[in-house]
Amino acid sequence: MYSFDWSSIPGSLPFLWQGMLVTLQITLVAIVVGIMLGTIIAVLRLSKNSVLSALAAAYVTLFRSIPLVMVLLWFQLALVPPVVRWLFPNANFDLNLIIAFTAFAFFEASYYAEIIRAGIQSISKGQVMAAQALGMTEGAVMRLVILPQAFRRMTPLLLTQAIILFQDSSLVYVIGLADFFGVAKNRADSTGNEVEFILFAGAVYLVLCLTLSTIVRQLQKRITI
Amino acid sequence: MWLDSSSDGLLAVLDFSVFLSPSPEAGANYLTYLLGGALWTVILSVLSWVIAFVIGSAVGVLRTLPSSILSKIGAWYVEIFRNIPLLVQLFIWFNVVPELLPGFGPWFKHLPSFWQEFTSATLCLGLFTAARIAEQVRSGLRSVGKGQFGAGLALGLNIKQVYGLVLLPVAYRIIIPTLTSEFLNLIKNSAVASTIGFVELARRSDSMAELKSTVFEALLAGTLLYGVINLIVLFLSRALEHSTKLPGLVGAKK
Repeated sequence: MYSFDWSSIPGSLPFLWQGMLVTLQITLVAIVVGIMLGTIIAVLRLSKNSVLSALAAAYVTLFRSIPLVMVLLWFQLALVPPVVRWLFPNANFDLNLIIAFTAFAFFEASYYAEIIRAGIQSISKGQVMAAQALGMTEGAVMRLVILPQAFRRMTPLLLTQAIILFQDSSLVYVIGLADFFGVAKNRADSTGNEVEFILFAGAVYLVLCLTLSTIVRQLQKRITI
Repeated sequence: MWLDSSSDGLLAVLDFSVFLSPSPEAGANYLTYLLGGALWTVILSVLSWVIAFVIGSAVGVLRTLPSSILSKIGAWYVEIFRNIPLLVQLFIWFNVVPELLPGFGPWFKHLPSFWQEFTSATLCLGLFTAARIAEQVRSGLRSVGKGQFGAGLALGLNIKQVYGLVLLPVAYRIIIPTLTSEFLNLIKNSAVASTIGFVELARRSDSMAELKSTVFEALLAGTLLYGVINLIVLFLSRALEHSTKLPGLVGAKK
C-alpha cells in the first residue's frame, strides 16, 4: 500500500502561488484580448463585405480545427521569436510569457468570436430597424443597441469559456513555462513526491473550477428571462 | 532564416526535400514518420472513443434515471472529470494511479514505456471524453421525451428494454452532430499525450522541427495532417447521419 508523504507541500506553497499568478495572468490577458479580438472577428463575419466575412470565417475555422498544443508550438517555434526580435532588437524579454499570452489570446479569440456571433444573432431584427429608423448609423446600431444586449445575454457562456481557458492554460507546460501546474510538476520531480504534488494540483483546480462554475450557474438562473 | 528570404515567396523558401530524408524511426523518412504519428493519433482517438462512448452512455443514462442516488453519482462523475484540466488528469493516470492501484501498478510498470504512455493516454482521454458524452446522451434522452418512456412501460417492457430498444436508438440519432464535434475535440485533445512523451502527430512534428531545424515545414505538415483527419471524420459522420435518418423528423428525407 502506498504511504502518502505530504510534508514537502507546505514549504512549496510560495512557489506554487507564484505559479498561480502566472496562470491567472495568462487567463486574464487571453480573456481581455480574446474578447476584444473575438468581437471584431464576429462583427466582420456578419458584415455585408463578403471578403471580410470570408476572412473572419477562415480565421475561426483555422484555429478551431488545430489542437491547442500545435498552436502553442507554432507560436513558440515559428511566429513569436522573429517578430519580437524584429520589433525589439535589443530588449531582453521573457519570451515564453509573450508566447503564452499571444497564443492563448489568438486561440481564444476564435472561440469567443463564435459565442459573440451567436449573441449578436440572437437580437431581434426589429430592434435594428427601429434604431435605423431613429437615424443611427450602422456602427452606432452595433455599438449602442446590439452589442450591449448581446453581451448581457452571453455573460454565462463567456464565463464558462473563461473557466475552460483557465484549465487549458495548464498546457503552457508544452513550452516550458512555470505556471501553477508547471511549478507543481517541477517540485514533484525535485522532491520525488510526484503523487502528492500532482494530486494537490488537481485538487486545487477542482475546487476553484467547481466554485466558479457553481457561481456561473447561479448567475445564469438570475439572468435568464 | 525564412524571414530573411521572404521576398522569394513562401513556397520558394520551404524545402520539401526534407520530407524524404531519413528520420529517427528505422527505415522511415520524415514523411512516413509524420504519417505514422498521424496513425497513432487516430488509433489513440478511436480507442479512447470506444471507452468514452460506453462509459459516457452509461453515465448519461444514470443521470436520467428516477433513482436520485444513481443520478447523483452520474452528476459527480461529470463534475469531477470536467473541472480538472486534461493535462493534470493525464499526469494522474501516468504518475499517480500506478502508485495507488495495487492490481494495476505492477502490471503497468512492467510495460515498455511506449505502452505505458499509450495506456495512460487512452484511459485518460476515454474517461475525460466520457463526461462530455454523458451530457450529450442525457440531453438526447431528454429530447426523446417522457411520453415514449411511459409508452414503452405500458407495452410491458422493463426499464432496461425501454432504454435499449426505444429511447437510446432515437437519442443517438439525434445527437450524431454533437457527438461528431466531440470526436473532433477528442482528436485535438489527443495532442496532449505528447506531454508524457507519446509519439503521436504533434510530438513528431515538434521533434522533426527540432532535429532538422525545419520549423515551418514540420509544423505545416503536422497542421495539414490534423486538417485531413478532421475532414475524413466529418465526411464519415455525414454518411452515418444520412444512413440512420429517421422518417418524420426535421432534416429527414420525405
